[in-house]
Amino acid sequence: MGTQGKLNDGSTSIWQKFGPLFALLLLFIVIAALNPSFLEPLNIMNLLRQTSINALIAFGMTFIILTGGIDLSVGSILALSSALMAGMMVSGMDPILAILVGVLLGTLMGVLNGLLITKGKMAPFIATLATMTIYRGLTLVYTEGKPVTGLGDSELFQMLGRGYFFGIPVPVVIMIIAFFVLWFLLHKMSFGRKTYAIGGNEKSSRISGIKVDRVKIMIYGIAGTMAALAGAILTSRLNSAQPTAGQAYEMDAIAAVVLGGTSLSGGKGRLFGTLIGVLIIGTLNNGLNLLGVSSFYQQVVKGVVIIVAVLLDRKKS
Amino acid sequence: MKIEMRDIYKAFGQNKVLEGVDFDLEPGEVHALMGENGAGKSTLMNILTGLHKQDKGTVKINGVETVFKNSLEAERSGLAFIRQELNIWPEMTVLENLFIGRELTNAFGVLKTKEMQKIASDIFKTLNISLPFDKEAGFCSVGEQQMIEIAKALMTDAEVIIMDEPTAALTDREIEKLFEIMKELTAKGVSLVYISHRMEEIFAICDRITVMRDGKTVDTTPIPETSFEEVVKKMVGRELEDRFPHREAKPGETVLEIKELSRKGVFNYVNMSVRRGEILGVAGLMGAGRTEIMRALFGVDQADSGEVFIEGKKVSIRQPIDAVKHGLAFITENRKDEGLILDFSVRENIGLPNLGSFAPNGIVKANEEKQFVEMMVKRLSVKTASPETIIGNLSGGNQQKVVIAKWIGTSPKVLIMDEPTRGIDVGAKREIYELMNELTERGLAIIMVSSELPEVLGMSDRILVIHEGKIAGELGRQEATQEKIMALATGGN
Ligand SMILES: Nc1ncnc2c1ncn2[C@@H]1O[C@H](COP(=O)(O)OP(=O)(O)OP(=O)(O)O)[C@@H](O)[C@H]1O
Ligand SMILES: [Mg+2]
Repeated sequence: MGTQGKLNDGSTSIWQKFGPLFALLLLFIVIAALNPSFLEPLNIMNLLRQTSINALIAFGMTFIILTGGIDLSVGSILALSSALMAGMMVSGMDPILAILVGVLLGTLMGVLNGLLITKGKMAPFIATLATMTIYRGLTLVYTEGKPVTGLGDSELFQMLGRGYFFGIPVPVVIMIIAFFVLWFLLHKMSFGRKTYAIGGNEKSSRISGIKVDRVKIMIYGIAGTMAALAGAILTSRLNSAQPTAGQAYEMDAIAAVVLGGTSLSGGKGRLFGTLIGVLIIGTLNNGLNLLGVSSFYQQVVKGVVIIVAVLLDRKKS
Repeated sequence: MKIEMRDIYKAFGQNKVLEGVDFDLEPGEVHALMGENGAGKSTLMNILTGLHKQDKGTVKINGVETVFKNSLEAERSGLAFIRQELNIWPEMTVLENLFIGRELTNAFGVLKTKEMQKIASDIFKTLNISLPFDKEAGFCSVGEQQMIEIAKALMTDAEVIIMDEPTAALTDREIEKLFEIMKELTAKGVSLVYISHRMEEIFAICDRITVMRDGKTVDTTPIPETSFEEVVKKMVGRELEDRFPHREAKPGETVLEIKELSRKGVFNYVNMSVRRGEILGVAGLMGAGRTEIMRALFGVDQADSGEVFIEGKKVSIRQPIDAVKHGLAFITENRKDEGLILDFSVRENIGLPNLGSFAPNGIVKANEEKQFVEMMVKRLSVKTASPETIIGNLSGGNQQKVVIAKWIGTSPKVLIMDEPTRGIDVGAKREIYELMNELTERGLAIIMVSSELPEVLGMSDRILVIHEGKIAGELGRQEATQEKIMALATGGN
């Protein structure tokens, strides 16, 4: 009666697994061929550091998209938590404590998104579209539209955005740690399994005894935390909080997640893919700058790359 | 229409599913197609109707070699297919579902709703069903959804209708009506392919039977020249013991008690209780409210009033997680929408309600999970290439086995089974019955909702019959007969 042989169930094709990685390598080779200085360690470190902010946001976004949701408010969460941190520092709070509180406030903003979506039964797109403008508006109110400066000269705080750890920029170290922690959460813990389950079939998940609402609220909380963490790095890097910081960052994050092969309808995708997606976008930004392509054209190229990647992804079926 | 399929081969990747199948269909006959779960019946019909393409072999229609490019082309050529996995658009209404893809419109593309309603109400009348046209299909029971699919196929004026387990979720009343219609159709020269695991039906309605085993045709015989035993032997390759295992119940104290449970317009003042080690059968007609009571009990839907006691303590169940915490498990009738996550592997599906035990501190113990899954796959003889196979690629019956497997591991106190053997072959059914015996011996209580009367009679210690949302009566194992159940179910006594 038994079935013989191994079945190719077609769930993960070669492209799905390695396609984004190939694309990244190809991009590397092409840019390096056109401008060898691209490969200089200093530039690579630069590239990684520029990538780290988008990476943190995109990691959180991956969880959300896996459940079939979306979060448009991450850029605003970044800005608001950054402004609050800076404000606390200016008023004399210990910088590290201010950062901790600021990140925690970011978590709360994410949790509020989650509550609106689950308890308020709002579509994620609508709920986070609303909170996007609310959080941005609050940032503008709080900062009166002006940058918050004079954050003191705590060395630890300066390190966060500008320091090095064994020659590696601290933001990159944070990105790597965040990747491993979230990778473990998604792929080795029951929390991750539940995330995929909800994206695959919410009704079945509920009946299987998964606390769907709670998992979702936590996921939006994670996304808020990651955005605020990115905000902390940015604040340190600029040594100030900018009221317009993080604008359109949600778009780069969503693009990275999709480039990494995660399906916008939920249930399918991997965190490693997002890491590659983030690097593709970072490489494009950095490479096109090096090659002297005008920033107007850069936008066009980025859009074209997304379309090509998604088309290739489609082809597998 | 005359169909000849010769020497058909089909593999999905490395998995050889069909290896030289022959199948013929004569005009005006009802041709049964039988075989174990995963034998390749649905695949064969998918090839005939253009969903899959065979690797080798020919299909001739009225003597002409034919390859349909897709299902639509097959449908236009007069082949209708009522699929095993129902194709319902849950957010659309009953009427919209009936006409999906072939809506009637006027010259400007405006829908002719009146006309469609007229056609639909005619077909519903022939089928003897009453379903409001504007009801969202997702709120219909599986049986009702099945009737929508049947109605859809009947509306196409097809010359060939393939029915893949059309009755798995229907009760006797609808089946009788369906058979009447089938007879009328064949009298008009329509040919029918009838796939089912319900033996009685095959012998009641079919003219010829083709048995498949492991991707090959065993043979084709006229029904009068064969018997239950012979067919089963051809299917599984050995003699099978009785269909139902011997059952000796030793019911203990009451574990679950429901008092005056009501949901407006669905069911009223339902009282029931079940004891440790007992199998409580729940029978009734389609739409009587059997499933709805179970859903409310498990917290999928909310009851308006009533009380639930578990081991004598009053509990509040407002969502499924509460039910799971109190030791209930629920095998839903609708595996595709509510039982499984189709993109997940067999392992992940079985693991899902058991994460609490495989991941006590949140980290999944991959080895323990794997071992448990392998054990369950073996125990229920799930035919799958590996535990890592995506569940959507399994045959219907094998998917159903996985739904059962996933709940057994949670060691519940009360197991609610809604149409537990829907689409499962005779051999595997017995294994599931044995499993039920074993579980009740260990003190588990089972509530089994089933439309298959032989199953209700064969396995239940006590039978509750539901009629229009109320309990119409209770029958003990000894006194219960098919006639008594039907009498109660239809409102007589
Ligand atoms: N799309 C697919 N991809 C991979 N394997 C498939 C696919 N469809 C079917 N199979 C495999 O083909 C085999 C036969 O499946 P099929 O659905 O034809 O069985 P069946 O005879 O209809 O069984 P059942 O009685 O359970 O409905 C199974 O082992 C199944 O796993
Ligand atoms: Mg089948």
